Amino acid sequence: MAAAAMPDLSELTGLGSPLYEARKGVYPKKVDGFFRRFKWAIMAITLAIYYITPWIRWDRGPYAPDQAVLVDLAGRRFFMFQIEIWPHEFYYVAGLLIMAGIGLFVVTSAVGRAWCGYSCPQTVWTDLFQHIDRLVDGDRNAQIRLANGPWTAEKIGKRTFKYAIYLFISFWTGGAWIMYFADAPTLVVDFWSGNAAPVAYATVGVLTATTFIFGGFMREQVCVYMCPWPRIQTAMMDEKSLLVTYKDWRGEPRGSVKKAEKKPEAFGDCIDCNQCVAVCPTGIDIREGPQIGCITCALCIDACDQVMEQVGRPRGLIDYCTLDDAEAEKKGEEPVPPLKTLMRPRSFIYLGIWAAIGLAMLFALGNRTRLDLAVEHGRNPLYVQLSDGWIRNNYIVKLRNMENRPRKVAVEMTGLKGGVMWIQGGSRDAAAQSLEVDVPADAIRKLQVFIAAPGNGPAKEEFSISTRGLSGDKRGDSDAAKFERPGSE
Amino acid sequence: MSEDKRIDEPTGTDFVGHEWDGIEELNTPLPRWWLWTFYLTVIWSLVYVVLYPAWPLISGATAGTLGWTSRGQLESEMQAAQQQRAPILAALAQTPLEDLPANRQLMATAIEGGKAAFKVHCVQCHGSGADGIRPGSGYPNLNDDDWLWGGSMSEIQYTLEHGIRSPDHEDTRFSQMPAFGEILSASEIDAVTSHTLNLAGEGPANATGAQLYEQNCTICHGTTGQGDRSQGAPNLTDAIWLFGGSRDDIRTTIVNSRQGVMPRWNDKLDPVTIKMLTAYVWSLGGGEQSARPDATQAATDGGSSDAGSE
Repeated sequence: MAAAAMPDLSELTGLGSPLYEARKGVYPKKVDGFFRRFKWAIMAITLAIYYITPWIRWDRGPYAPDQAVLVDLAGRRFFMFQIEIWPHEFYYVAGLLIMAGIGLFVVTSAVGRAWCGYSCPQTVWTDLFQHIDRLVDGDRNAQIRLANGPWTAEKIGKRTFKYAIYLFISFWTGGAWIMYFADAPTLVVDFWSGNAAPVAYATVGVLTATTFIFGGFMREQVCVYMCPWPRIQTAMMDEKSLLVTYKDWRGEPRGSVKKAEKKPEAFGDCIDCNQCVAVCPTGIDIREGPQIGCITCALCIDACDQVMEQVGRPRGLIDYCTLDDAEAEKKGEEPVPPLKTLMRPRSFIYLGIWAAIGLAMLFALGNRTRLDLAVEHGRNPLYVQLSDGWIRNNYIVKLRNMENRPRKVAVEMTGLKGGVMWIQGGSRDAAAQSLEVDVPADAIRKLQVFIAAPGNGPAKEEFSISTRGLSGDKRGDSDAAKFERPGSE
Repeated sequence: MSEDKRIDEPTGTDFVGHEWDGIEELNTPLPRWWLWTFYLTVIWSLVYVVLYPAWPLISGATAGTLGWTSRGQLESEMQAAQQQRAPILAALAQTPLEDLPANRQLMATAIEGGKAAFKVHCVQCHGSGADGIRPGSGYPNLNDDDWLWGGSMSEIQYTLEHGIRSPDHEDTRFSQMPAFGEILSASEIDAVTSHTLNLAGEGPANATGAQLYEQNCTICHGTTGQGDRSQGAPNLTDAIWLFGGSRDDIRTTIVNSRQGVMPRWNDKLDPVTIKMLTAYVWSLGGGEQSARPDATQAATDGGSSDAGSE
C-alpha cells in the first residue's frame, strides 16, 4: 500500500531490498480446543480481577477509605485489604515487585513462556481485539479479503464500526485503571460530571491511546520488537524448558492425505494443511522451530489435534515438549512424565527464594509497630544556656500514628540525670519526665520538644526518648538521643 | 545492486554484501512503524519550534506563538502562591497577638512564616539559629529565658516594631549605661567588678565594690542586681552575659559601657510579617506568658500536626 511512497534507498546503500519492512497482516483463524478454552478462562479471570478489584469495599472505620485496594497518591497511602502501607514502608511494595519478577522466573522454569501465552495484558487484550476482528469482519479468509479489497462503502462501514468498538474497549481499559487511585464510586461521578482531577482525564486519555494502538494495531510487534521479556526468557530457556514443539521427526516429510495414501512410507504425519499457521495470533510457522515470536499460547496444538483426529492419526504432532523429551522421543524412548518435568531443582530454588521473600515480608508485617517515633536533635544552636545555670536542648519529636483512630500516647525520657521536658508553647514550670500527647488518626504529629538539665554534667550525655500507646495496642518505639552542654562542640 | 542474491540458510535472510574477516551482515529490515515514530518526532519538533521559544537570536530567541517564557511562568506561579497565602495572611492580620497561641494551626503557620522572615532580616546579627552567633558576642541569644526588655508576645512585638536605640525614632527602646572609665578610678572599677561577680555568685564579697555599686548602679540594676526590664537594665545575677561573663569582659563593659543597636522594623516590614516574627521569636523557647489567661491555657498543648505528609 505505502511501499511506493517509501524512499527507495536501495541505489544508495547497494541493498537489494528496502530498509524498512511493513508489518505482515496476521489474521488468526477461529479455533476450539482445550487450550483455547483455557485461554478463555484466563482472560475471563484476569479481566474480572482488573475490573472488579477497585469496587470491593473494606470497612476501615471513619478515619480511612473503605476501598479494599487503593493507591492513594495524594495522601501517600497504599491500602490493600487489611494492610496499610506508609511511604516509609515502601520496601513492602518493592518486595512485591521483586516477588513478581521472581514469580516470572518460577513460571518460566516450570512451564516456559506461559506468562506470554496466557496472562500478559498485551496477550489478553490482543486476543480480545482479535475476537472483535472476527465478530465484525468474519473469520480469517473474510478478514484477508476485506484487507486486500478496495475501500468500498461496506469496508469503510465495517472499519468504522470495528475501530469504534476498539475505542470503546480502550476507553474502559483506561477508565478502570484510574479507579485504583481514588474512591471508585466518587470518581465515576466526578469523572462524568467533569469534576475529576485533570490527571485522571490525562491518564484515561493516554491509556485509551496505548490500548487502541497496542491492542488494535501493534499486537505481536510489541512482543517481537518492544518487550524485553521474550529476550530474557530466551536466555533462561534450557533443555528442560517446556516449549510448543512441532515434532518434525514424526511429521516430516509433509504430504497431503491423498499423496500419503498412495505412498504411506514416504510421508510423515504432517499433511501440510497450514492450520497451525492460520490460527497463530503472532503469525509464525511453528514448524520452523522455537522462535522469539512464539508466545506458547498452544492454539496451534488445538488446531493440529483437530486435524489429526479428522485424518485418523494420533494427536500431539504439535505439543508441549522439552528439548530433552524431543531427543528421547526421537530415539524411541519414553518421554519424562509432565509432573517430573515440572518438578526440577531450578524451579524449586526459584520457588524457595520467592517464598522466602514472601514469608519474610509477612513476618515483618505481622510484627510491625503502628506507633513510631523519630527524635531529631536541634543542631542550631546545639544547646542554650538558661539564666539559672541549667542547659536546654531542642528536639523535634515526630510521632507517627499509623492506626486508623486518634490516639493518646505517652512520650517518656529516660537516662538523663535531672532532665525534664516540655512542648513548645508550654512552660518550663510544668516540665516533667513524660508527656501525654494526642495524635490524630493515620497522621504524623511533629512536636518541638525542649529538654532542660542541670549545667554540671558531661558535655555529651546519651539518653533515650520512647513512646507507647495508652490504649489498645500499647506497643511503641524508642529512639536514642544526645544531650549537649557547653564544650561539646 | 547486488547481483548474486544469496540466502543465509539457517535464518532464511539475504545478505547485504558487507563482509569483515568472514563475518557477513544479514539484512534484517527495521519494522516500518519504527520509521513512522521517527517522522512523528520530527513533526513534534516542528510544532514545538512554532509554539515555544526555540531559535537563538543575537539578543534573545524566537518567541513562539504561545508566548510562553520561563519568567512569565515564574511570575504566574508566584502570583498563585500569593493568592494561596492571602487568606492565611488575612487571618493573621485579624487575629490579636494575644489570641494567636490559642489557634494552634495559625500559630504554627505564623512560626513558619516568622522563621522564613527571620532568615532574611535578622540572621545578620542574631545568627541563623537565633543564638546571637556565640555567647558574649553582644548580640542577644533569643533562645534563652533572659530578656532585657521583656519576653512576652507584646513586649517582643514592641521591640521588633520600634527597635532598640533605633536612631531618630521617638518610641524606640532606649537605655544608656555611662562609661565608668571616666567617672571611677581604676581601683574603684576593680572593686565594682569584684562585687558584680559576687552578685552572680562567683567570687568573694567586696565591701568597697558594694558601696560603689549602691551609689552608681542600683538605680538601674537594682539593689540585688536583678536588673529592671522597664529600662532595659540587665539582670547581673543570672548565668547569661550579653558581652561575656569573665572578669576582663565585665571590667571592659564597666569601663567603656557597651550597648547594641537594633533597627526598628515598622518602617520596613508589614504588620503581619512583624507578627509572624514575634510568634517565631516567642516560640524559640524563652517566650513568656502574656497577661491574658486564655493564652496560657492553650500553650499547655502546643506543637503542630501535619496529617498525611512525611
